[in-house]
Amino acid sequence: MHWLVEPGFWSNPVVRTALVLGAVVAVVSAVVGVVVVVRGQSFAGHALTDVAMAGGAGASLVGASPLVGFLLAGIVGGGSIEAAGAERVRDRDVATGVVLGAAAGLTALFLYFVSSSTSATGSTQSVLFGSVFTVSPSVVPLSVVVAVVTLVTLLGVRRPLLLSSLSPELAAARGVRPRVMGLTFVLVLAASVALSALVIGAILSTALLVGPASAALRVARGLVGATLGAIVAGVAAVELGIVLSYDSFYWNAAHRSVPVSACVVAVVLVEVAGSTAWSRWRRGRG
Amino acid sequence: MGCEPLTGGRRELVHVHDLEVSLGGRTVLTGVDFRIAEGEFVGLIGTNGSGKTTLLRSILGLQATAAGEVVVAGREGRRGGPVGYVPQRVAFDHDVPVRVADFVALGVDGTRLGLARRGRGVHERVEEVLASLELGGLAARRIGALSGGEQQRVLMAHALASRPRLLLLDEPLANLDLPRVHETIALLDRVRRAEGVAVVLSAHEIGPLVPVMDRVVYIAQGRVACGTTAEVVRPEVLSALYGHHVDVLNVHGRVVVVEGEPGDPGAHPEVVVR
Amino acid sequence: MFEPFMANAWLAGTLVAVVSGAVGLFVVLRHSAFAAHAIPNGAFAGAAGATLVGTSPLLGLVVFAVGSALGVAALGRRRNDVVTALALVTMLALGAALLAASGAYEPAIDALLFGEVLGVSRGEVVALALLVVGAGVVLALVFRPLLYASLSEEVAAARGAAVRAIDATFLVLVAVTAALAVPVVGALLTFALTVGPPAAARMLARRPGRALALAAALSLACVWAAIASAYLSGWPIGFFVGAYAAGEYVVARAASSWREGRARP
Ligand SMILES: Nc1ncnc2c1ncn2[C@@H]1O[C@H](COP(=O)(O)OP(=O)(O)OP(=O)(O)O)[C@@H](O)[C@H]1O
Ligand SMILES: [Mg+2]
Repeated sequence: MHWLVEPGFWSNPVVRTALVLGAVVAVVSAVVGVVVVVRGQSFAGHALTDVAMAGGAGASLVGASPLVGFLLAGIVGGGSIEAAGAERVRDRDVATGVVLGAAAGLTALFLYFVSSSTSATGSTQSVLFGSVFTVSPSVVPLSVVVAVVTLVTLLGVRRPLLLSSLSPELAAARGVRPRVMGLTFVLVLAASVALSALVIGAILSTALLVGPASAALRVARGLVGATLGAIVAGVAAVELGIVLSYDSFYWNAAHRSVPVSACVVAVVLVEVAGSTAWSRWRRGRG
Repeated sequence: MGCEPLTGGRRELVHVHDLEVSLGGRTVLTGVDFRIAEGEFVGLIGTNGSGKTTLLRSILGLQATAAGEVVVAGREGRRGGPVGYVPQRVAFDHDVPVRVADFVALGVDGTRLGLARRGRGVHERVEEVLASLELGGLAARRIGALSGGEQQRVLMAHALASRPRLLLLDEPLANLDLPRVHETIALLDRVRRAEGVAVVLSAHEIGPLVPVMDRVVYIAQGRVACGTTAEVVRPEVLSALYGHHVDVLNVHGRVVVVEGEPGDPGAHPEVVVR
Repeated sequence: MFEPFMANAWLAGTLVAVVSGAVGLFVVLRHSAFAAHAIPNGAFAGAAGATLVGTSPLLGLVVFAVGSALGVAALGRRRNDVVTALALVTMLALGAALLAASGAYEPAIDALLFGEVLGVSRGEVVALALLVVGAGVVLALVFRPLLYASLSEEVAAARGAAVRAIDATFLVLVAVTAALAVPVVGALLTFALTVGPPAAARMLARRPGRALALAAALSLACVWAAIASAYLSGWPIGFFVGAYAAGEYVVARAASSWREGRARP
């Protein structure tokens, strides 16, 4: 393995926390991401990252755990997106955009307070672009709990959820309540965004959400296959991204490492490009 | 076999030659050949998914074709000819800030660059078209806040506004009440007689069209066949086309196409005629 | 707040507001909110890159924003949410990596993301004005076909409107708007300005021309109020832009449902 990682990788506790947390987060993002892509809700997913960003900034202002901030903000923001967009489906993107804009404004305010009330620097960087290397190990149990609850909830509602994605009216006629379904899903989405915000930063968590899922959906046939593929792709992206970022410290003389988030996004992009090429090639043959 | 215009003396307006169209890797239309002359009224029929919309879009130049050619008014395969189009459906946003009159005016000058003010001519034309479809009362309403049938008639006004030489209408009667169906057909008939406009109209309910329709173009299994109205609107032809027994009845001077059991003609006259 | 050193801020804010409102109306009509969100992020990466190389940030902004816009346009009809989302995070990640590589000072990053109205220089105001005039001329030229294609691409294309070219022109307009607005209100808030006030105008106006004027006016009100509030409180301008834009939308929505409720007794 020495050709792969630079010295001290395995013995480093920070790295070990990062690898465990990264895997948990990648699994949740992948599973939720498949539903997001199938429902065509990438924009809502992305908007929640900006909302989570406001929560992260707020948490660092009051000194709370960032995960709690991400979660609370996601719940409030997700609820307002759902409430604003529920009546007029065609206007959903505008409602989402307005919530997103307000959240970005709040982030600006909180970060301003953080930087003017404390002497800490780098809060913008850590909230927006995150760094799994700075997460304290004490967050791991809570994130595992959130991850399990999220996955169980999603599994429980998957059938009515898919029906209501295909046709809200049809689902309503079958007794599924679309607003309840929409709200449940937005909360699941918020939890998953909160988790991935921990690892690659709020603003980039969209990559982990839709990237592995869309890559897997291009290659796999059924939904189950796509979900499994997305899990593999997501975990690979996070772990490989962590390795790359760790190694990059040794690549240049100045020892300026490439941020983990940028490395993860790069791996995700390679996966998406690869799956696109593969599906083109297969279609060209068949 | 009926794919040439009846009215020999008139100028040819549309020539579809050996057209083939594939969608999503499947051949939807193949070997399509027909001509339409000025002033003709042509009905386009076929089952759901047979390719009516695809054929109309090909004539408009909106659909990439795999083979063959389409010539409209002497120009080949180009959009923006003297053609008015009523699509099968348009989903306008509920609160789009555009009134019915604004939309109909865009039918006249919507492709023009620049902010030059609309001349009197445009406003008069809009009023005239809206009046002819009895839509004058809706002129100042927002377009997204109309009912389905109202929207369909506004789309027709929009298509007529530019004084096209060819009108392509994709199921324009589908959302209309019975009196409106007959009024609309009568209006189209007047327009084509007065201005020599060729009308191609797709429909599932062809009974009301029989009095004005010159010819029928029908699509089945990706191929197109044509015939005069008298040739096609007969039980044996329509039954073969729909793969289902169909009867053609004459009720109070109106033609009604009804579904019937084989050997039991007219057992289910479910269609109520005014 | 009308001291000489604020003059550039007011001028730049006014220019940015008018263009964002006008272009934003079409963002709303065309359901392009996501693209309009992605393009400023491309501009952010451009500014970060310019910081690294040491060239003018405005150049980086324009080049990257227009590049992102043309990329989105090239995806064309098959443009979809997933691709937009991935393009967006790519640009952000690139921006973050470039800033990390250049060792940029944190306030500079904050200014790019959340805006810094006081940072606008006289020279930049002149450049902004030129871009605004250019964008205005283009918008006036394509106004009618753009409106037509925004209502129904199918119908406009059938009448011969060059819908692909119109779409590309529109996205380049969004890009120019982003390049203008990012230094003033920031990459993350530019979007708030192109969606909130125009969405409010769309609900309140009945005619296209009036909707355009109202969108520009509401956007102007939003930016002016934000500059004044930022000056008085000392808080970042981005917060006020986001808050006022959302506020206009909420009020307009309440007004339009009230009006509809009255119209149908
Ligand atoms: N984008 C597409 N990709 C693949 N197949 C398509 C696409 N659009 C239409 N089709 C298929 O092409 C066929 C023809 O469709 P078309 O819309 O022309 O039918 P139609 O005769 O107008 O039907 P209807 O009466 O329901 O309006 C259908 O089988 C349809 O499923
Ligand atoms: Mg059809």
